[in-house]
Amino acid sequence: MFKIVRREEMAEGTVILNEIEAPLIAKKAKPGQFVILKADEDGERIPLTMAETDKDKGTITIIYMVVGKSTALFRDLKVGDSFQDVIGPLGKATHLEKRGKVICVGGGTGVAVLHPITRAMKEVGNEVVCIIGARTKDLLILEEQMKNASHDLRVCTDDGSYGHHGFVTDVMKEVLEEGDVKEVVAIGPVPMMKAVTNITKEYNVPTLVSLNPIMVDGTGMCGGCRVSVGGETKFACVDGPEFDGHKVDFDELMLRLNAYLEDEKKCHEEYCTIRDAQ
Amino acid sequence: MAEKSAKPVKNPRIAMPEQDPQVRARNFLEVPTGYTNKMAQEEAARCLQCKKPACVNGCPVGVDIPGFIDLISKGDITAAIRNLWSKNALPAVCGRVCPQEIQCEGLCILGKKGEPVAIGNLERYCADWERENGTGELPPKAASTGKKVAVVGSGPSGLTVAGDLIVKGHDVTIFEAFHKAGGVLVYGIPEFRLPKAIVAQEINFLERLGCKLECNAVVGRTVSVDELFEQGFDAVYIGVGAGLPRFMNIPGENLVGILSANEYLTRANLMKAYKFPDVDTPIPIGKNVVVLGAGNVAMDAARTAMRLGAESVKIVYRRSREEMPARAAEIHHAEEEGIDMFLLTNPTKYLGNEKGRLTGMVCLQMELGEPDDSGRRRPVPIEGSEFEMDCDLCIVAVGSGANPLLTSETPDMKLNKWGYVHTDEKTGKTTKKAVWAGGDIVTGAATVILAMGAGREAANSMHDYLNLGW
Ligand SMILES: Cc1cc2nc3c(=O)[nH]c(=O)nc-3n(C[C@H](O)[C@H](O)[C@H](O)COP(=O)(O)OP(=O)(O)OC[C@H]3O[C@@H](n4cnc5c(N)ncnc54)[C@H](O)[C@@H]3O)c2cc1C
Ligand code: SF4
Ligand code: FES
Repeated sequence: MFKIVRREEMAEGTVILNEIEAPLIAKKAKPGQFVILKADEDGERIPLTMAETDKDKGTITIIYMVVGKSTALFRDLKVGDSFQDVIGPLGKATHLEKRGKVICVGGGTGVAVLHPITRAMKEVGNEVVCIIGARTKDLLILEEQMKNASHDLRVCTDDGSYGHHGFVTDVMKEVLEEGDVKEVVAIGPVPMMKAVTNITKEYNVPTLVSLNPIMVDGTGMCGGCRVSVGGETKFACVDGPEFDGHKVDFDELMLRLNAYLEDEKKCHEEYCTIRDAQ
Repeated sequence: MAEKSAKPVKNPRIAMPEQDPQVRARNFLEVPTGYTNKMAQEEAARCLQCKKPACVNGCPVGVDIPGFIDLISKGDITAAIRNLWSKNALPAVCGRVCPQEIQCEGLCILGKKGEPVAIGNLERYCADWERENGTGELPPKAASTGKKVAVVGSGPSGLTVAGDLIVKGHDVTIFEAFHKAGGVLVYGIPEFRLPKAIVAQEINFLERLGCKLECNAVVGRTVSVDELFEQGFDAVYIGVGAGLPRFMNIPGENLVGILSANEYLTRANLMKAYKFPDVDTPIPIGKNVVVLGAGNVAMDAARTAMRLGAESVKIVYRRSREEMPARAAEIHHAEEEGIDMFLLTNPTKYLGNEKGRLTGMVCLQMELGEPDDSGRRRPVPIEGSEFEMDCDLCIVAVGSGANPLLTSETPDMKLNKWGYVHTDEKTGKTTKKAVWAGGDIVTGAATVILAMGAGREAANSMHDYLNLGW
């Protein structure tokens, strides 16, 4: 059992933070790696990239958006409750290197995943420009943390309620125009990562993305997480989750992410009906 | 192992009662329902008690077959099961899943003229009897040696090592990557063939003996083999199976609706997705299902798809019936349940729609040519024989390879060119100090009984090492 020691709601309660006791994982985890969580006996195995780890306290932190029944179950866990299973750390860690000027772009809950990577990029000596965005001001997460993790934070909202009015890609273009950018790290919804990589391709700037396909085991034994990268099939859970964004087939990823959409909707609606009735 | 034979034979074997094919093809309950005491007596009476029993040579672990059958005849099932246990830690499992027709029963003298003794059925009978009527008494344990053993992987191989070493007085901890123990017995082989309650009871038995079980422990990630030694373990057994799915590598394989058998069966069995939406893990329900391959894994996937409500399920296999690697009983059961066999057929590409979903596949007809490396006649395509097949769910069950997750993090352990662990054939000892390995991660995908046999040999060698410290 993996006890929740801290719980926060963000972005008007649509995004949840859980800090969980998992000393073995905390000891080993590196930026970019993920865990698989399962709430209870009949729960689904859900992969989430760690937003924070604390070796001394023996805890890991995950931040997720409530999108279906499984994340709704996670949301209903209170401080002191436990996840039945947490497995990790899984996947390859981010390759960190001093390159010079680096842009870290995050959208939605991708910002949570981007946070430890941004901090590590700065720690190894890069000059980090960070760009984060959300649909509207109230949905923005981790602004303060991202400011500390980078040298220069730029914020965008789609509706102009805060920061730059527009998409993260607009701001990224401006920074790319200033020149000298050695690498871009983009983490967020698939359409955002696709848009980012389309632009960085034009500027010939290497771009790292972190993918979140459907997974079961997270250890390379099922192949459910396969993604096409440069025309080759890769298992995101062991070969990734980070890949060269210029080679990823985002359209295929999008289609594969929707494989169980209908089932999930049914399951979630049923859960909400039961829950509301109680 | 034809349960029903066309010609009436003299002295026929006692068929085990089964659920009706029409009914069972839509439920997940076990297919054969077990012998009654009377049936077991009658079947045991067929054994000739040969002086030089050939069947024993056919059993990879050398079960004393005439011996345990004689004890059944005498009505002493308690003694019969103890006799079985002395060679085989998991008779309830082996009685159900061993390919008896090429092992013990294949060499039974009665099979020369008629039907062999139903050794597997009798083995199952004893184990089931013990589970229902036995005292649950634990075997005696040797005094503690103070030595600590880590068993990585909780499949039949790892479970055997754990059981053998705990009774020899060592302190055993099993590390399992999944959230539940049992390996293929829980994630691969379906409930209708091997009820999960049986596996759970075997694991409970080991826990009662004092084995510690650490689930959610991915060795190579959560902890490395070297760290296990740092934590004070004196010896390590690696029984991580052959968990790397093979795909066909033909165009369109990433369409939605194409799953490896590992994924499909893990969803169905381990995650119990056949109960969706009562459980949270979904599984694709196919209307026209194609399963590629013809081993036990393929049969299990096909029969699961049928039970989940498919209209048609086809096995597509590039060789002929003779080469189908599945147990005879599984092929027989699958056909009874209405699964069609498309033999000498090989897919060349998958077809999909604009939503990226599978809609069909293009196949080629094959014929058998010259024998290949495996000694089996090589299937060669017949020119111009292409045809299209509708299908909205395809399960790929064409074999598995060595998963590099643990081995790539254990650099001083020698692997062979396919990535399997290199071991001493007799003892299972690897090239890394104090590390043994066995089961599918050494042999490639094989059988439960071979994985257990390897476990027993390794356990003996590990015991010597721990006692003598060579
Ligand atoms: C669907 C299916 C049907 C089958 N049917 C039959 C049959 O009818 N008869 C028969 O004899 N054989 C059958 N087999 C084959 C048989 O199940 C295997 O040969 C046998 O289970 C191998 O045992 P094992 O202990 O080596 O490995 P496995 O049973 O594969 O167990 C390995 C365990 O190790 C765990 N593991 C893997 N990596 C790690 C890691 N890094 N750290 C910790 N744990 C790890 C896995 O999660 C798994 O639980 C079937 C196989 C399948 C897949
Ligand atoms: S363990 Fe398998 S091969 Fe050996 S006697 Fe039993 S069924 Fe036959
Ligand atoms: S999640 Fe199963 S192989 Fe990646």
